[in-house]
Amino acid sequence: MTTIRIQQEDFDAGREIAAVRAKNPKVGAVASFTGVVRDVNDGAGVVTMTLEHYPGMTEKALEEIVNQAAGRWEVLECTVIHRVGKLEPTDQIVFVAVASGHRGDAFAACEFIMDYLKTRAPFWKKEETAQGARWVEARESDDTAAGRWK
Amino acid sequence: MRVKILYFASLREQVGRAFEEIELPVNVVTLGELRTHLIDRGGAWKTSLAETRPVRMAVNQDMVPATAAIKAGDEIAFFPPVTGG
Repeated sequence: MTTIRIQQEDFDAGREIAAVRAKNPKVGAVASFTGVVRDVNDGAGVVTMTLEHYPGMTEKALEEIVNQAAGRWEVLECTVIHRVGKLEPTDQIVFVAVASGHRGDAFAACEFIMDYLKTRAPFWKKEETAQGARWVEARESDDTAAGRWK
Repeated sequence: MRVKILYFASLREQVGRAFEEIELPVNVVTLGELRTHLIDRGGAWKTSLAETRPVRMAVNQDMVPATAAIKAGDEIAFFPPVTGG
């Protein structure tokens, strides 16, 4: 089962991991990733960050990414949470947990979902720095990371 | 035909609107042709949607290439490369 949540509120990663584990007695491995807002990006101090998204398409794109992962590895349970709105350094921003029978599938599917999320899910970051506000530019390294799964 | 167009992030700020509904000329039947049609408005449209800019496009909430066909009632979106995660 896949759970996808787009929300302003923070989340409890421990509780989310416990939830995917508890749902299914076939689960033998849970791999998770938590992304956090850094206080510096491209040389400038980040004071706050605002996340914009495309409601509707975001959920659809994330579901499609999880379905692709489930087509390649055993994904028994999966939770993807992405926060939107205003965030500050040290805030959690994104969470992915994949539960599988064995660790290989869980690790690979979790990394694949994050790599595809970075290049396919319609979120945009705007940073407020001491020098003013700026939209974060997409990184070529993210395309490279997603490309290696082809 | 009439379509709804959405703009996001830096593109939304540059063109000064989040959405609009427009009637398309009969010769505009693909996403790429719609982009050109909007570029022809000049000003911010010409600079922000220019072919040299890395603009991404979606039809009915699926990211698709410029060759994708569009039809009446479609929800079309223009946005910069995504930066979530």
